[in-house]
Amino acid sequence: MSAEIAAPRSQRIDPKYNRANTSRGSFEMVAWLFMRLSGVALVVLIFGHLFTNLMVGGGVKAIDFGFVAGKWADPVWMFWDLAMLWLAMLHGTNGVRTIINDYAEKPATRVWLKGILYVATIVIIILGTLVIFTFDPCIAGNTIPACK
Amino acid sequence: MSTELPEPASKIELKPGVGGGGEIPQFNITLRVRRYLPETTADAYWEDFELTMYGTDRVLDALHKVKWDIDGSLSFRRSCAHGICGSDAMRINGRNRLACKTLLKDLDHSKPITVEAIKGLPLEKDLIVDMEPFFQSYREVMPFLVNKGHEPSAERYQSAEEHAKFEDTTKCILCAACTSSCPVFWTDGQYFGPAAIVNAHRFIFDSRDDAGDMRLEILNDKEGVWRCRTTFNCSEACPRGIQVTKAIAEVKQAILSRSI
Repeated sequence: MSAEIAAPRSQRIDPKYNRANTSRGSFEMVAWLFMRLSGVALVVLIFGHLFTNLMVGGGVKAIDFGFVAGKWADPVWMFWDLAMLWLAMLHGTNGVRTIINDYAEKPATRVWLKGILYVATIVIIILGTLVIFTFDPCIAGNTIPACK
Repeated sequence: MSTELPEPASKIELKPGVGGGGEIPQFNITLRVRRYLPETTADAYWEDFELTMYGTDRVLDALHKVKWDIDGSLSFRRSCAHGICGSDAMRINGRNRLACKTLLKDLDHSKPITVEAIKGLPLEKDLIVDMEPFFQSYREVMPFLVNKGHEPSAERYQSAEEHAKFEDTTKCILCAACTSSCPVFWTDGQYFGPAAIVNAHRFIFDSRDDAGDMRLEILNDKEGVWRCRTTFNCSEACPRGIQVTKAIAEVKQAILSRSI
């Protein structure tokens, strides 16, 4: 018989106020604010990216290795892409973090899912940053004028 | 002195069917109640009741009819039955409403009218849930006036503009319709929930109160206002028409502007 009813927040059921736990800081507030600000920044960054890649010049058909190499020769585009990578990754990671917090019911599931999420985020951010800064257009067989 | 009084001049003879005093419309409904009897059955189940009700009846009247005439074991909470005490919040046709404020004539009679307990709180019996977790977070936001100044000899003055800031949130009757409609609360029982935030809002924005900072600090918790995903379920569920999501947003902004 399942007449036994589990209290949903047994850690907090207590007749006293549990107000002392204020030392945890304002991480959730900062995360909330970051979502709004990075969202606005990403709208500008992503649509700027799409416009220069797809609308200006030769359009989508002109995108090739040389096009990307040409863009990353310019520090403005390096930092544009870097900002886009970091903001998009952190914005997306925080979004998935809140989804995990909302939907994962067991603490162990939460820890595991968030662990996988954070590892994936760190790997992608480091890899992407390395690609942007260590990019060398002069690979074997490249015939663009700058490599001659 | 004569005991014979003359007929009052205002009395007018009406023909039958004239003047709006006609017969109240009658209809048949199927009331589908989510039953849970922990003493006899392990799981909750749906039970249908065929009832003949009137156009002036509410869902609460249908429940009364079942309890009083058909099955006395049906359990539900109700006190005033007039939308003020907040006892009979339940899920009617999938939406949180007060049974005493939902007229049967406004619902679709072609399908069974489903009635179940509010979600997210431990079910005790039939439509009764354990409200303790709900009131625990209510108590945590300190829903009372805290004033550090001297006790005034008369009332504490407040302008109409100052009152307007929190007027909406004073209407809360603590029925838990908002908190138990919140999908975040369903999966995370630690979340303070809309009702606690509404009642914190009522004092945070009260010019006579001095503990606003303390309440904002409490709601800046991991399980506080930042858990809100603005799905607006709470605003839709509130039987008093409180703009709950707006109140939560105002508390978020107050915490932000206080921290920055």
